[in-house]
Amino acid sequence: MRLDPRVSQAVIISALWALTGFTLLILIVIIVNISVEGLPRVSWTFLTQPPHDMGRSGGIFSTVVATAYITFLAIVVATPLGVGTAIYLTEYTRESWLTRIIRFGAECLAGVPSIILGLFGFVLFVLKLGFGWSVLSGGLTLAIMVLPIIIRTSEEAIKAVPEEYRVVCYSLGLSQWQTIAKIVLPSALPGITTGVMLSVGRSLGETAVLLFTAGAALRTPVSLFDSGRTMAVHFYILAREGISLPNAYATAAVLMFSILGINLAAYGLMQRLMRRFS
Amino acid sequence: MTSKGIERLLLVLALSSVGSLALITFFIFWEGLPLILGTGPGDFLFSTHWAPTKGRFGIGAMIVSSVVVTLGALVLGVPLGLACAIVLAEFAPKRLKQVLKPTLELLAGIPSVVYGFLGVLWLVPLIREHLGGPGLSLLAAAVILGIMILPTIISISIDSLSAVPDLYRDGSLALGATRWQTVQRVVLPAARSGIITAIILGMGRAVGETMAVIMVAGNALKLPTSLLDPVRTLTSNIALELGYASGRHREALFATGVVLFVIIMILNLTAAAVTRRR
Repeated sequence: MRLDPRVSQAVIISALWALTGFTLLILIVIIVNISVEGLPRVSWTFLTQPPHDMGRSGGIFSTVVATAYITFLAIVVATPLGVGTAIYLTEYTRESWLTRIIRFGAECLAGVPSIILGLFGFVLFVLKLGFGWSVLSGGLTLAIMVLPIIIRTSEEAIKAVPEEYRVVCYSLGLSQWQTIAKIVLPSALPGITTGVMLSVGRSLGETAVLLFTAGAALRTPVSLFDSGRTMAVHFYILAREGISLPNAYATAAVLMFSILGINLAAYGLMQRLMRRFS
Repeated sequence: MTSKGIERLLLVLALSSVGSLALITFFIFWEGLPLILGTGPGDFLFSTHWAPTKGRFGIGAMIVSSVVVTLGALVLGVPLGLACAIVLAEFAPKRLKQVLKPTLELLAGIPSVVYGFLGVLWLVPLIREHLGGPGLSLLAAAVILGIMILPTIISISIDSLSAVPDLYRDGSLALGATRWQTVQRVVLPAARSGIITAIILGMGRAVGETMAVIMVAGNALKLPTSLLDPVRTLTSNIALELGYASGRHREALFATGVVLFVIIMILNLTAAAVTRRR
């Protein structure tokens, strides 16, 4: 007997909705659990006190500093490279074998797993260049990791700037570079900022890269050559070595809500940009 | 600066991603290849005897573990991810889609260490009590990775489903097909290459993921004979031992990285080829 197509449709669509609900449920359970177990312990003192006794007590101050330091360095290095690449690809060339290679390189780089980047950063920055386990080695390796994100979002943002803007500038006698610097880049700024924010979010959550490039020292890093333990690495060590479950949860809460907040803000900014140009 | 000068400068910036990729490839192979050639590729790839202190380096068991864990992740992640993508692209009302899509994309922002941590707290005891074995197992790793690859599969599949022109759907509906028949016989085949790309990139993520796998997989060096056996993947092998390895042992970890890198590049190239054929 053949089932009436309308009946089988109803069955299948309900099943698909159920699976979607299940996926959402996983997300909700994760976020609620981390909030309930972790947020009550998060306080101003938790954020501003250094960890004591390997993190069994005290706060996470040094890891916040290390995270900010390393992420800042990564962004400072990756942003000019990424935006420059995007300008070159969109404004200075037509599609050719060269642009294809550049795009392909960025795409492949985005697919390189973080453990491979960690190996690379370890051998080049930590050993060969002699930077040791340091903020510098960690930041440079992270810069390579986020470069594809910045390239992709900047390229989209620059492409979204209407062609008429450029035509008007040229007709007023501005040079190509003046047009880009004075008109195109400012118009694309929200989109570029989105890329930078997504990169910050990605850097905050990264562990495998930093374990082997920035090390895990609990002191607050001051110099670029100091080792620094980021929040994600600290959380990993707390959880894996069973040092302190409450502190692990609290660190996870800080980490997760910073990332989700940044990602949501980036998403909102992108939506606003899309609306403005469409 | 002259216009020509600016263009040259931008080209240099644009070569940064390709340059990084080349450097990564060079250093991973430079450090790892001598050991593979020294041990003999056959012995290195197929022997399951890994005993760094005795100078035995065979990664056969880890290759098998990585492959099985990845396939397991796909068994869970592909149906779940596709169901979400189909619901969001085809059946959800527009307003709901606008809320659900970014919400599901938040899953991608949760750091892998958090997935690993919750895996240890919930999934591992669940497996130990209900299915037996140590709990830290191939199955646990596959389930966690299955969840972690969802954002990749969902967002790429949604994009490819949305790219199918509405004319196709209208034509099919006008011929009297139900909405599900339309999705099944017209939309899904039309979006096939995008969905295949999504699955391949999801595979790449699963193969390359490190921290979550270390935390839940148990890291035993044996060849797994059941889903409940603890396993060590290629990525976790590198991350577990890099901290203290030196000499030939360290070379062997880079050699593990070479194998991982080659697998990932093959997946990326396949994905790129599938996309281009469209």
